[in-house]
Amino acid sequence: MSATAVDDTITAPALRVVPGTLRGAGRMVERSILVYRRTWLIIVSGFFEPLFYLLSIRIGFGALVGDVQTPNGPVDYAVFVAPALMASSAMNGAVYDSTMNIFFKLKHARLYETVLSTPLGPSAVAIGEITWALMRGVLYSVAFLGCMAALGMVISWWALLALPACVLIGLAFASAGMAVTTYMRGWNDFEFIPAATLPMFVLSATFYPVSSYGGLSWVVQLSPLYHGVALVRAACLGEGSWGLLGHVTVLAVMTVIGLRVASRRIGTLLLT
Amino acid sequence: MPVIAARSVHKSFGEFEAVRGVDFEVARGEFFGFLGPNGAGKSSLMRMIGCVSPVTSGELRIFDLDPNVDGAAIRSRMGVVPQTDNLDQELTLLENLVMYGRYFDIPRRECRDRARELLEFVQLADRADSRVEPLSGGMKRRLTIARSLMNRPELLLLDEPTTGLDPQARHVLWERLYRLKEQGVTLALTTHYMDEAEQLCDRLVVMDRGRIVAEGTPRGLIVEHSTREVLELRLLSTTPDDIAERLAPIGERVEVLPDRVLVYAHDGEAALASVHQLGIEPLASLVRRSSLEDVFLRLTGRSLVE
Amino acid sequence: MSATVIRRSTPASIRVWEAQVVTVWRAWKSSALLSMLQPLVFLGGMGFGVGALVDERSGSTAALGGLGYLAFLGPALMATTAMQTATFEASYPVMDGFKWRRAFEAMTATPVAPRDVVNGMALWWASRILLGVTGVALVLAAIPTTRGWGLIPAALGATLCGMVFATAMGAWASTRESEASFAAVQRFIIIPLFLFGGAFYPVDSLPSALRPVAWITPLWHGVELSRGLTTSGITFAAACGHLAYLAVLTAIGYIICRITFHRRLTR
Repeated sequence: MSATAVDDTITAPALRVVPGTLRGAGRMVERSILVYRRTWLIIVSGFFEPLFYLLSIRIGFGALVGDVQTPNGPVDYAVFVAPALMASSAMNGAVYDSTMNIFFKLKHARLYETVLSTPLGPSAVAIGEITWALMRGVLYSVAFLGCMAALGMVISWWALLALPACVLIGLAFASAGMAVTTYMRGWNDFEFIPAATLPMFVLSATFYPVSSYGGLSWVVQLSPLYHGVALVRAACLGEGSWGLLGHVTVLAVMTVIGLRVASRRIGTLLLT
Repeated sequence: MPVIAARSVHKSFGEFEAVRGVDFEVARGEFFGFLGPNGAGKSSLMRMIGCVSPVTSGELRIFDLDPNVDGAAIRSRMGVVPQTDNLDQELTLLENLVMYGRYFDIPRRECRDRARELLEFVQLADRADSRVEPLSGGMKRRLTIARSLMNRPELLLLDEPTTGLDPQARHVLWERLYRLKEQGVTLALTTHYMDEAEQLCDRLVVMDRGRIVAEGTPRGLIVEHSTREVLELRLLSTTPDDIAERLAPIGERVEVLPDRVLVYAHDGEAALASVHQLGIEPLASLVRRSSLEDVFLRLTGRSLVE
Repeated sequence: MSATVIRRSTPASIRVWEAQVVTVWRAWKSSALLSMLQPLVFLGGMGFGVGALVDERSGSTAALGGLGYLAFLGPALMATTAMQTATFEASYPVMDGFKWRRAFEAMTATPVAPRDVVNGMALWWASRILLGVTGVALVLAAIPTTRGWGLIPAALGATLCGMVFATAMGAWASTRESEASFAAVQRFIIIPLFLFGGAFYPVDSLPSALRPVAWITPLWHGVELSRGLTTSGITFAAACGHLAYLAVLTAIGYIICRITFHRRLTR
């Protein structure tokens, strides 16, 4: 970095020191990287979780269930469930990062209060934190896909498209999670988060085809995770169709609403 | 042009009016104080000046800019030391400063240089790579001050910077604040310690229940609102209630507090002699010079630290 | 004024337990709701849903010892719930007592002794686990396949299984200065046990080298006990064997807790 850049900052503050929102968001990400550099071991250990889940599907459930009937013919159970687990893992990671983690920084560490006393604004905070959650999410999704491939559960190169699908899932759930977190009064309220994510995890056509639900399949459609699972599964099984755009739309709408609520609420919580 | 200019600034939280119309100006290079008890509206005022709390009504200008419009531009030229520490517990001392500088978009290397320099300034250089958690209260405060200086601010806001610190830590902090004033930084400080206001401030306003009740230099306020000396008497708890009336002729004014009686007089020793002549035998007595505490008592009828 | 005479009407450990109850009392409704929700969701989604896929495949029922999948999975959830409740209640709340709110320090400044803190916490763990397990048992009682008087001894057995985890986790937490390792315990011990401990499929599916590992885990004993008492049937001797194993492990964990709590509170 050159000396002139330094001088600019000091002598012409009005010109340079007021960074745009995206730039500010970048600073928030920078902080997260600084913190997590020390705890990389925890991140690495997170890679084992997909491995455990996939293995148990392979050796346990796979043996009990055999093949699953899908509209495009029978599919090995492990191949059928693995993409759903990948989608759920993207959801869980994003929800954790955007709820517990954000609440801690909001109420206990009072990090955002500090940040808002600098030129950064609330939308920089919201975007920065969600970006970080996504970066971690991508890392885990790559690991997940790697595990799947290693265990022979990937049957098509289209599976690479599962990565952007997981980014979208992460984005949607991180935004919504952050918005919900701004309404949390205390740690006790967090008990309700698994009350939302657990039923979604089990009942989003994760472990068996949506046709198994019969007349109740419209209920499944209400779960945002279902749309994520549908996307990731279509990618992993290499079954493209225009209908997938509907799933994309649901997750995109969720993202937009979540982000707007989150940045407005962070503003009203901290800038009163 | 003043650094801060406030004209009938109000702040309400719903029904509650925290600041009820204040007017004041802070000049460049000045050490300006807001003295008042808890709940006087000092912190609300500080948050408005810090551009993290919108003004309800009235006009507030900082660096001749409007906080509602140019908040980010103002914050980039200002340092803030909040009332309670909000240091980043997940980072080391050095990283705390560097990261804070980064929020101002200062290049990383420059941040590191400034951080080292500032840790030196607040006498924490040897702890650069330690975590924040084990630091003492005084050290954390100094670190927060160092952090607030990362962007080389023209204006430094300090919200009760020494509350909860032991006397020695306070003096260390005061000395660092003097240095900043010498360097030309404008400082605005809130406190409920009259000695702090008296020692540090060039000029101050006394606040009570959201209003400014007096303004001036510490000395000027004392001369204007109090006598030169005060005689403090500690009396038996069985002393009759008419004590104030009996003491009234001795001084200019008598204040009866729960634990003692204050007699305001030009000459405290002479007043004490008069008390003895009246046949009143106090358990203890003390003659001292008037302080801002007495000014506050005079203006509001209450003491500062309750 | 004469010195106040303190009449010790309740044991000190009960008062420690009481302090825990008071702390969480405000949120009892959501806790109760959630302890019912998890088994409901798992039984609804896995028991019936995956169960339908499993039961229609020939040979699978035989692999499950002649049980339908619902009958196989349902009772095991009592043991897994006990394990999960126990590990949570003996980790963060213990760290809270020692370090964050320092409630244990405050308690031992009164006539409450470190051993009373251990006893009170153990009592708290037991009641919290029993509550979680009861939630599962109530759901199981509502399903004809899993209904039966055996649910009562099974719930108690599962609670004992939970106490193994509670005392072990409590001992570990009492020696920690930060909560950093709790996530790793969850990730490398609790989740693998949950997935491979015989709750969702028989441990016979595991590679033969791993089966003995499963057999020594307390969860497997808890699962076998709960399932045996509820749906699959169990001999008296086998039930006693499982119970004895779990009791011995709990006793060991308890003794370690007594030592580590005492050390931490008197240092």
